[in-house]
Amino acid sequence: MNDDVQRFLDRLSERNAVRGDEPSWIAARRQAGAARFEAVGFPHRRVEAWKYTDVRDIARTDFVLSDDATFSPAAAAALTLPLEAHRLTFVDGVFAPALSDLGELPAGVQVLPLSQALADNHEAVGGPLGRLTGVDFSAFSALNTAFFEEGALVRLAPRTVVDKPIALQFLSRAGEQPVMSHPRILVEAGSRSEATLIEHHAGEEGAANFTNLVEEVILDRGAILTHYKLQEAPLKDRHVASIQVEQGRDSRYTSFNLNLGGGLVRNDFINDLNGEGAEAALHGLFYGQGRQHVDNHTEVNHNAPHTRSSENYKGILDDRAHGVFNGRVVVKRDSQKIESEQSNANLLLSDRAEIDTKPELEIYADDVKCAHGATTGQLDEEAVYALRARGIDQQTARGLLTLAFAGEVMDLVDLDAVAERVELTVAGKLPERFNLAGLVEAAAALNED
Amino acid sequence: MASQEMEQLVRREYKEGFVTDIESDTVPPGLDENTIAFISNKKGEPEWMLEWRLKAYHQWLKMTPPSWAHLDYPPIDYQAISYYSAPKREEDKPQSLDEVDPKLLETYEKLGIPLHERAALAGVAVDAVFDSVSVTTTFKDKLHEAGVIFCSISEAIRDYPELVKQYLGSVVPQGDNYFTALNSAVFTDGSFVFVPEGVTCPMELSTYFRINAANTGQFERTLIVCESSAQVSYLEGCTAPQRDENQLHAAVVELVALDDASIKYSTVQNWYPGDEDGKGGIYNFVTKRGDCRGDRSHISWTQVETGSAITWKYPSCVLRGRDSVGEFYSVAVTNGRQQADTGTKMIHIGEGSRSTIVSKGISAGRSDQSYRGLVKVGPRAKGARNYTQCDSLLIGDTSGAHTFPYQEIGNSTATVEHEATTSKIGEDQLFYCQSRGISEEDAVNMIVNGFCKDVFQELPMEFAVEAEALLNVTLEGAVG
Amino acid sequence: MLEVKDLHVTVEGSEILKGLNLTLGAGEVHAIMGPNGAGKSTLSAVIAGKDGYEVTAGSITFEGRDVLEMEIEERARVGLLLGFQYPVEIPGVKNIYLLKAALNAKREAEGLGEIPAPEFMKLIKEKIAFMKMDSSFLQRAVNEGFSGGEKKRNEILQMLVLQPKLAMLDEIDSGLDIDAMKVVAEGVNSLRAEDRSILLVTHYQRLLDYIVPDRVHVLVGGRIVKSGDAELARELEERGYDWLVEGSAA
Repeated sequence: MNDDVQRFLDRLSERNAVRGDEPSWIAARRQAGAARFEAVGFPHRRVEAWKYTDVRDIARTDFVLSDDATFSPAAAAALTLPLEAHRLTFVDGVFAPALSDLGELPAGVQVLPLSQALADNHEAVGGPLGRLTGVDFSAFSALNTAFFEEGALVRLAPRTVVDKPIALQFLSRAGEQPVMSHPRILVEAGSRSEATLIEHHAGEEGAANFTNLVEEVILDRGAILTHYKLQEAPLKDRHVASIQVEQGRDSRYTSFNLNLGGGLVRNDFINDLNGEGAEAALHGLFYGQGRQHVDNHTEVNHNAPHTRSSENYKGILDDRAHGVFNGRVVVKRDSQKIESEQSNANLLLSDRAEIDTKPELEIYADDVKCAHGATTGQLDEEAVYALRARGIDQQTARGLLTLAFAGEVMDLVDLDAVAERVELTVAGKLPERFNLAGLVEAAAALNED
Repeated sequence: MASQEMEQLVRREYKEGFVTDIESDTVPPGLDENTIAFISNKKGEPEWMLEWRLKAYHQWLKMTPPSWAHLDYPPIDYQAISYYSAPKREEDKPQSLDEVDPKLLETYEKLGIPLHERAALAGVAVDAVFDSVSVTTTFKDKLHEAGVIFCSISEAIRDYPELVKQYLGSVVPQGDNYFTALNSAVFTDGSFVFVPEGVTCPMELSTYFRINAANTGQFERTLIVCESSAQVSYLEGCTAPQRDENQLHAAVVELVALDDASIKYSTVQNWYPGDEDGKGGIYNFVTKRGDCRGDRSHISWTQVETGSAITWKYPSCVLRGRDSVGEFYSVAVTNGRQQADTGTKMIHIGEGSRSTIVSKGISAGRSDQSYRGLVKVGPRAKGARNYTQCDSLLIGDTSGAHTFPYQEIGNSTATVEHEATTSKIGEDQLFYCQSRGISEEDAVNMIVNGFCKDVFQELPMEFAVEAEALLNVTLEGAVG
Repeated sequence: MLEVKDLHVTVEGSEILKGLNLTLGAGEVHAIMGPNGAGKSTLSAVIAGKDGYEVTAGSITFEGRDVLEMEIEERARVGLLLGFQYPVEIPGVKNIYLLKAALNAKREAEGLGEIPAPEFMKLIKEKIAFMKMDSSFLQRAVNEGFSGGEKKRNEILQMLVLQPKLAMLDEIDSGLDIDAMKVVAEGVNSLRAEDRSILLVTHYQRLLDYIVPDRVHVLVGGRIVKSGDAELARELEERGYDWLVEGSAA
C-alpha cells in the first residue's frame, strides 16, 4: 500500500478513536469502505476512466477533518444565491445552523442534516443510504463511505410538490491546513412528487480544501426533480462527486451541472432509467481558466424500454485550463424504443487550454434512435460578420458569441437567480479583450426594470 | 507474358477439400529465439535483420496484450502457434491465386467477379502471399520500367537493404504495442513498395493474403514509401479457409508519404469469420499507420471489413507535414458471433493539417461492433480540421453497436466535429421497397448499400462492385 | 455622399458587377431594381464588406473616404449600414446586447462616451413601440426563431437605433405580408432626413408604393442600364424587365 493511502487511513483511525458509539451497520460500512479504498487506492491515469485526470494533488495533500462551522455571515451572504429557498448550509462539511434556514416545509417534506436524520431514526436511513452509490462505485465513494458523517437527507412523500427550491449550500473556508469533507446527499422522491434541488458549492478566496461528495437520488414513479449543481468554489479547491440517480416509471430528472469554479473538479454521474417512460435531461456548462481542471463523466443507462435521454454539455476553456467530457449512453438488450441524444461542444480561447472529449454509445437493442456529436471549434463566422456589420468590433463580437455559446445552456434555466449569477460570472471571466462586463450589467439592469 | 501467365495460373482446377494439399515446410509450434533465428535463416536474411527481430522479441516478452478493446475472447496461447509455414518444394508452390476454399469460391461466384479474373481484367499487379511466403509478383517488369519497386518484403531485405533499414519501423516502432512487437519478431512476408520522386505508379498494386496451413499464424509486414510528389494506389485482399480452431493474424503496415506524395490504401478483408456458433475464425490484430511526413502529403485508408472472428484494427495517420491530409473510410459488417473493434487515429501535428473520417458499421446476428477513434490536435497544429461521421446500423435485436470517439484538442484554432448516429434499419424504408415488389432481403441489401455509399465511392471502381456484393453475402440470413 | 465608380466584382471567379456607376446625394432615396441574378444584392454586400466578393476594378467612396479600405465594423461606424435580406440567427446573443454594443461602438467612433443606461433604455423602448414590437424581444436571441416579418422589423429597429447616414436595405420587403410591409415602410420613412440617404434594393415595385424613391436605377447584367424617377418603377411593373434585358445584350 502506498503512503498516500496510508495517510488517509491513519486519519480515519484517528477519527474513529474519538467518535462516539455508532450503530453497528455504520461501523460495518466504514470498515467496508476503508477495506475497499485500501485495496484499490487512488485511481491513476492508466485506468481508462481517469485517463485525463490526475488526482495525485488530492492523494498527496495532508487533509484534516474539521468540526468548525464558523463562517463570516457577511461573506456567506455574498456567496448565497439571492433566492428564496429551504436552505441548509455546510461549512467544510460541518452543518452550520446559523447559516441555514429551512423556513416552512410543506407537509410530507423532510429536509434534514444527515447527522440529525441518523440521530432521529438511523434505521430508516440505513436502508437506502449506499444502496446506489456503494463502495464499488469508485475509490472515492469507498473513501466517502469510510469517513461519512454529515450531509443532507431529502424525503418527499408521494404527491408532495415543493414550490420553493431546496438549497444545499457547501462553503469552503481558507485556512492554514487544508480540510477534507465527505458529505452524502440522499434524495428520496415519492411517486408524483415534484421539487427543485440546488446544490451550491462556493467558498472563501484561497480555500484549498477537498470535498468528496456522494449523492444518491431515487425517483419513484412519476416523480419530477430538477437538480442544479452550481460549482463556484475558489480556484484551488478540489471537488470529487459520485452521483447516482435511479429513475422509476415515468419519472423525469433534469440536471444542470454548472461548473465555474474549483481547481480540480471531477463529477461522475450515473443515471439509471429503470422504469418505462422515464426521462432524463442532462445539461452541463463548464468554464475553465487559469489551471482549472474540470472533468465530467456521465453515464445514462437505458435499462427499460420507452426511456428517453438527452444530454447537452458545453465547455469554454481559457489559459491553461483542461476540460474533460466523457458521456456514455448504454442501451441494454431488450430496452426497445429508446431515444437518446447527446452533444458536447467546446470552445478553446487559448492555445494552452485542452479539451478531451469522448461521447460514447453502447447499444445492445435495435429499435433505437441514438445520436451523439462532439465539436471543438470556432465561432460561426457568419454571425461574427453580422455583428461587425452593425459596427461591433471583432473582439466584442467574438465575446458576445462566446457568451451566447454558454447562454444556450442557460436559456433553459428557470431560476433567474442562477441564470444571472452564471451569466455575470461567465461575462466577468471572459478575457478582457472581449470587453463584455459593461454590456451584461446593462442587460441585467434592464431585466430588473 | 504476364497476363497469359495469370490466365494459365487461374484456369487450374480447384482441389478437393478446404485446404490446399501441399506439403508444407512448417516449424513446430512455439516461439523462442531459435524460432526467430530459424525464420531469419530460412529467409536468408542479413545479420542486422536478425538482431532487429530479436530486439523486438525481447520487448514483446515484457509486454501484455491490450485489454481495453470491447472484445471478448479467450487468452491466446502463443506457444501453440506455428510461426513459419512455407510450401516445401519449388514445383509444389501454389502457382495460382485461385486456390480458394469452396465456400469462398461460392462467394466470389455470387459476386460475379472471380478474384483471378478481377485481377487480370483490371490489369492489377498482384503479389500473393500464401501463408508465409510471397509466391509471385506479376507485372514486375512494367513497374520496373517506371522505377517502381514492388516485391515481397523478404526480397526487399535482400535486394534493397538500405531502403528497408531507413524506413522499416520508422512509422510503427517495434514496441508500439503487443502485436507489433510480436510481428516485428516473427514476420514472414508481406509487400514492399517504393515509388521514387515524381513518379505516379502506372497501375493499381495489389496483394492477396491467404492463411492456409492449420495452426499457423500469419504475420505479414508491408512497407510503402512514396517519395516527393509520387503517387500510388494499393489494394489488399484477405481470405482464409474454414477451420474449427482460431488462427492468428497480426500484421503491420507502414506507409510513408513525403512532400506532395499521395498513398491510397484499400483493404477488402474477408478472413474466415467462424461459423454461426462462433467456432473457428481468424483473430485479426492489425496495426496500420501512415506517416504524412511531408508537406501537403496525403494518405487515405479505405477498408471494407466483413471477415474475421475478432477484428482489432485502427488504420491511422500521423499528420506531420504542413497542410497534410489524412482520410479514413470504413465499412465494417459483423454477423453471426463476430466481434470487431475498429476505427482510426488522426494525429494532427502539422499546421493546416486536415482529416476526414467516415465510418459505417453494420451489426447483425449476435455480433458486436465498436467504432473507436482518436482525433488529437497538438499545440502546433494551427488551423487543423477534422470531420468525423460515424453511423451504426443494427439489424435484429441481438447485436450490439458501440461508439467510442476520443477527441484530444490542444489548439484554439482547430475545428473538430464528430457526429454519430445509431439506428435500426428503417421499417418504413423496408416497407416502401417491399410494397414496390422487392424482396425483404434485396431491400435490406439496397438500404445497407445506400448506407455505405460514402465509403464505397472511395474504393477503386472494380473493387467497389465487389465490396457491395460481399456485403450482401455477409448479411445473408440476417433478416427474416 | 456615396459614389460608386466603374465597379467590377467577381464572386468565385465569375464577374457579377461589370462597371457599375452610382451617385447618391445626401437626403436622397434611391431604389435599385432588376431581375434575379442581376447583381443587386452583390452591390450592397460589397459596400458592407462581406467576404467572398473580389473587387477587381473601380472604387466606392463615402463622404470622400475609400470604403474598400475600411474594415467591416468601421463602415458601420461611419454610418454605412446594411439591412440584410436574410438576417442571420445568432443563438444565445440577446438583442439588447447587440443594440448596446453596436450603439456604443458608433458613439465611441464619434468621440462620444458610452450611452448612460437610462437614456439607452428610453431610446430602445421608444423605437420598439414605434416598430410595434414587444419589449420581451430584447431578451430574446438575435433573430432566433423569428418569423420573416419579425426579422425584417428587427433590421429596421437596428437602423432606428443606430441612425446610419446611409441605410442600405436589401429586399427588405421579401417574405412580408401587406401589414408587416406597412410597418417596415413606416420605419424606413421615419429614417428619411436631410442628412441621410437610403438605398433600397428590391425586385418588386410594390414596396415603392409605400416608400417613394427620388431615383430608380435598373440593374441588368452587372450594369445600371436605365435610371429615372419613381415613374420608372411603375413602368417596370407594367412592362417587366425583358425590354431592358434585350437592350443590354445588344
